[in-house]
Amino acid sequence: MTAKGSGAVTDYHPALHVRNLRIGIRRRGGDVVLVDDVSFSVAPGERYGVVGESGSGKSMTLRAIAGLLPAGVEVLSGEVDYAGGDLLAMPPRQRRALMGPGIAMIFQEPLTALNPTARVGAQIAEGPREHLGLSRRQAALLAIDMMRRTGIPDPERRAQAFPHELSGGMRQRIMIALALSCSPKILLCDEPTTALDVTVADQVLKLLSELCDELGTALVFVTHDLAVVAQTCQRIGVMYAGRLIEKGSVSDVFAEPRHPYTLGLIESAPDFDRPERPLLPIPGTPPSPVDLPPGCAFGPRCGFVQDDCRAGRVELAGIAPGREAACLHPVEAHR
Amino acid sequence: MTEVLITETAVRAPQLTRRPFRLGRNRSRALRPWYRITTLMIGLTLVAFLVLVAVLAPVIATHDPIAQNLTAILQPPSAQHWLGTDKVGRDVFSRLVYGTRIDLRVGFLAVLIPFVVGSALGAVSGYFGGVIDAVIMRIVDVFFAFPFYVLVIALVYVLGSGERAIYLAIAAVSWVSYCRIVRAEVLVAKNQDYVVAARLGGLSHSRIIGGHILRNVIAQAVVYAMSDIVLDILAIVTLGYLGLGIQPPAPDWGGMIIDGQPFITTQWWLATVPGLAVVFTGLALSLTGDGLADLLAPERRK
Repeated sequence: MTAKGSGAVTDYHPALHVRNLRIGIRRRGGDVVLVDDVSFSVAPGERYGVVGESGSGKSMTLRAIAGLLPAGVEVLSGEVDYAGGDLLAMPPRQRRALMGPGIAMIFQEPLTALNPTARVGAQIAEGPREHLGLSRRQAALLAIDMMRRTGIPDPERRAQAFPHELSGGMRQRIMIALALSCSPKILLCDEPTTALDVTVADQVLKLLSELCDELGTALVFVTHDLAVVAQTCQRIGVMYAGRLIEKGSVSDVFAEPRHPYTLGLIESAPDFDRPERPLLPIPGTPPSPVDLPPGCAFGPRCGFVQDDCRAGRVELAGIAPGREAACLHPVEAHR
Repeated sequence: MTEVLITETAVRAPQLTRRPFRLGRNRSRALRPWYRITTLMIGLTLVAFLVLVAVLAPVIATHDPIAQNLTAILQPPSAQHWLGTDKVGRDVFSRLVYGTRIDLRVGFLAVLIPFVVGSALGAVSGYFGGVIDAVIMRIVDVFFAFPFYVLVIALVYVLGSGERAIYLAIAAVSWVSYCRIVRAEVLVAKNQDYVVAARLGGLSHSRIIGGHILRNVIAQAVVYAMSDIVLDILAIVTLGYLGLGIQPPAPDWGGMIIDGQPFITTQWWLATVPGLAVVFTGLALSLTGDGLADLLAPERRK
């Protein structure tokens, strides 16, 4: 592997490979670029976290993979390689056949992502009937089995319930059962625990990790919550202003953040192991995508900024085995 | 204030502990079986009564509805003629009973075709959008541009009067209402997360429309259909008034009202009784429609 990339393993066949993805809004007088040159890959069974603030482009990236970009927003260039083909280039019919058994998604708000007029068991069974060719009865049994595996008590009875009759945590378990019912290779998660209580969120995350391990499903996990990533994922990419600015294994990145922004994120979040540490907010606000500062987009907010940071675009570069950061003056391992 | 709260809690608490475990209040209401929805039950009972009358018309009627008896015209209600006789001596009660048959049949059939066609076109139009939507909606606009009755009368005139002409004329005009209703609902529903999720799940378009969208939006069309039946029965009455409706001597309520109109001051029941039948039918169908709306949309009853 010569590509700028991901992991040092040589016989590396990623389940999903996002290459140089650019997403934006086409306009006369220059496109507005929301996601710029994002590349990452996810190994089979791996759990990859994409972290960033609101507006950093993390959800857009995920939506582009799922083919769910909002109206007006389009992929400007780049590829999403899956199973030997480019998801973005294939015809809708072919792409649709991959969804469900290949790629599934869990949404942020499970109540709106479930059909309010259909019983949850039937909704879970729908995918397997369409994609795995199961009979109505087999699919119903599979649905109940999936519900049992997601820890829903008394699944035979709950399968007959409508979504609004279940609690938030229960609904998210239904979503998980639904998304995993065809044993997908890749599961996309868009902040799946944001709508849940912290204790319930914790259970749901554990469950998600366990089930993905069981089924060999790779996870792409988008969130703004560092604690969630630390708990769930193996590798992480940090996004800022539409670009990936740091990549690496979760343990490395959290122990030794190299990009000042990553450091800022970690220092602004509470650390329960060191409650005495003060929370340090990052000064300023993220830049608007129509008015990015020259050079490093984080420059105006960065405590380590130097003149050359403003000179030109700062590319991701390898700084250690399996580590990349887009910074000319990376934070030294002094913490 | 506090006292009230305390007493309420004190009264309720023992009940709650005795109740079997439930998933909260929503469940007991949403899973309330169809026969516990009061409006639906009353509506269905009334509709069932009407259907029964229509089916058993030959048994219930006391006379031949078209047999004239010129020696006993315009008689008041009596033991022999329960609702009296009309201007050619026909038994009003028997005509009313047989009229149920014709008016219900025409009403239902005149709604069925536009309901199916209009809903299907509306769903396709709203779901796919673009050129398909533009074409279908422009056709709908053309139909909407004409007043309902002008078009129906013109079509009945062309097709020749009679029951079948009435079905066709009404169907040709009223499908546009269903189309608009369903399209508007689909436009909202298709961007809901659960539809997006279904698309992401790789389901086919027909499955998404049929399995996810229509079942969430069809309630509106069903409720409209119930009142549409009443409107169609009124349309038949109106057509009858213009001599384009059910042809005499076949009994229908509209014809009876018109026949009774000249005698409204002397024999008021001639026009009033069939009028009440129309009102009764309207009530029955409206209640059924409301009840169905409740039944088909459990999430509305939070």
